[in-house]
Amino acid sequence: MIDLTELTIKQAHEGLKNGDFTSVDLTKAYLKKIKDTDKELNAFLSVAEESALEDAKKADEKIKSGNFGELCGIPCAIKDAILVEGQKCTGASKILENYVAPYNASVIKKLKDAGAVILGKTNLDEFAMGGSGENSAFGPTKNPHDTTRVAGGSSSGSGTAVAANQACYALGSDTGGSIRMPSSNCGVVGLKPTYGAVSRYGLIPYGSSLDQIGPIAKTVEDIKIIFKAISGKDEMDATSTNYNFEDSQTSLKGLKIGVPKEYFVKGLDPEVEKIIKDAIKKAESAGAEIKEISLPNAEFALACYYIIAPSEASANLARFDGIRYGLSENGKDLLDVYLKSKGHGFGAEVKRRIIIGTYVLSSGYYDAYYKKAQEVRKLIQQDFADAFSKVDLIFAPVSPVPAIKIGEKTDDPLANYLMDIYTISVNLAGLPGLSLPAGKVGKLPVGLQIIGNHFQENKILAIASQLEKLLT
Amino acid sequence: MISKEEVKHIAELARLELTEDEIEKMQKDLSAILDYFALLQKAPKPKESIIKGDLSALRKDNIKTRDNDLVKKIIDASPDKKDDYIKVKTILQ
Repeated sequence: MIDLTELTIKQAHEGLKNGDFTSVDLTKAYLKKIKDTDKELNAFLSVAEESALEDAKKADEKIKSGNFGELCGIPCAIKDAILVEGQKCTGASKILENYVAPYNASVIKKLKDAGAVILGKTNLDEFAMGGSGENSAFGPTKNPHDTTRVAGGSSSGSGTAVAANQACYALGSDTGGSIRMPSSNCGVVGLKPTYGAVSRYGLIPYGSSLDQIGPIAKTVEDIKIIFKAISGKDEMDATSTNYNFEDSQTSLKGLKIGVPKEYFVKGLDPEVEKIIKDAIKKAESAGAEIKEISLPNAEFALACYYIIAPSEASANLARFDGIRYGLSENGKDLLDVYLKSKGHGFGAEVKRRIIIGTYVLSSGYYDAYYKKAQEVRKLIQQDFADAFSKVDLIFAPVSPVPAIKIGEKTDDPLANYLMDIYTISVNLAGLPGLSLPAGKVGKLPVGLQIIGNHFQENKILAIASQLEKLLT
Repeated sequence: MISKEEVKHIAELARLELTEDEIEKMQKDLSAILDYFALLQKAPKPKESIIKGDLSALRKDNIKTRDNDLVKKIIDASPDKKDDYIKVKTILQ
């Protein structure tokens, strides 16, 4: 008998349609897999067994009626920064350890309307701040390919859950690489959509001008199915856009692919470099034209990001004050309640980013840091605009190295930040980017990053789907 | 190196209580990170203004009524409440 947890969305959908198995069968198979493997992997912060089986029963009814879409009855996992009504939403923080979501995020509403089965909530770096998954208050998620290594973050549990067949697909969020990094490290496909393509309503905000929800799945085809279901205008998110996804007929033959020269420099692991260059060669053999391009302000991206994101975070996290929800410590006066609740509730990295953000926004430093960073952000956006006037897509690494050892860089925040060097520019420019498995260093997967112009997810997906066949 | 007093001042602005150990670690980390940020001074000035004038995404500031059930859940989530109100410690003495 086939292992139901190995199926893609497309395959599972066919099985449901043909009556080979039911959504309840699928859901039970995933719940068992989670039970058997998650003590070691720590991908889930909570598993909603009962409500998942209820979702599955409802889906089976719908399937019987014959009128159902591709996500109906398919079990998924949700990053624990996205609200699912009635379930805990912790953001992997002690400050929200016992918080129960009072409503559904817009993406969850859309998935539920499509008949999705929600298995549970996945681990992450606390409030999505980190690139390794180690900043979770509830312990790091392990990489299923080597459990001494990190899954990559911040959507660590979503990456591992899909790679370890604990869920058919998952949702993550990406502020500086948080979908692409774990997808690369875990050997699955992950899409960070264009800023505004997917509603952020019900996502615990980190850097609001950078955050974007997106899918992680086993195949490019699955990513497209999920993206089509969750994208589009939402009145609850003023930055969301009308989005009419149309399949693209773009082919590798004749495609102009840009390769930024600034990305292939010291710091990039030679074995990762070889995998990325081999993937580019394969695209070339299939008829693509490879062009070296320049993103002249690339060297400033990391500093720019680590000013803007913590600035927005310091404002966004002010809401966790011990008054409205979450952890509340006793104090002699209101200020004391604030100080103690935040001081005891937040972990080290979150505190660090609140301090950075507060510092760069404070009187006397604002112009030198925050304003300067906004100017540099404009330059980075212009760099990409210039590049996309010459090429159709950009190919790059996702991470300079394969998954690191757990504990390898936890004491050095700057070394940790440098891991994001290839992903953050995409968020600063609001562009879509996808991580596609391109090869392995030993047993550790390495992802190729495909970056497109705004709202050209269709082009990225068309090319990724052709490359997927060439790279495996 | 950022001084202890400066870290304490910033932490207070952020309403964040830090232990002595945390303050010391933060001094080191923040100094290293700010040194790295100095790189931005090398960046050129942008040609265009960084301010965008598009206000088309804004909506009217109308009151929208919500489900009573949702209102109740949101109030229930607060640690200290009375009837339909969230309780806060006295601000004015």
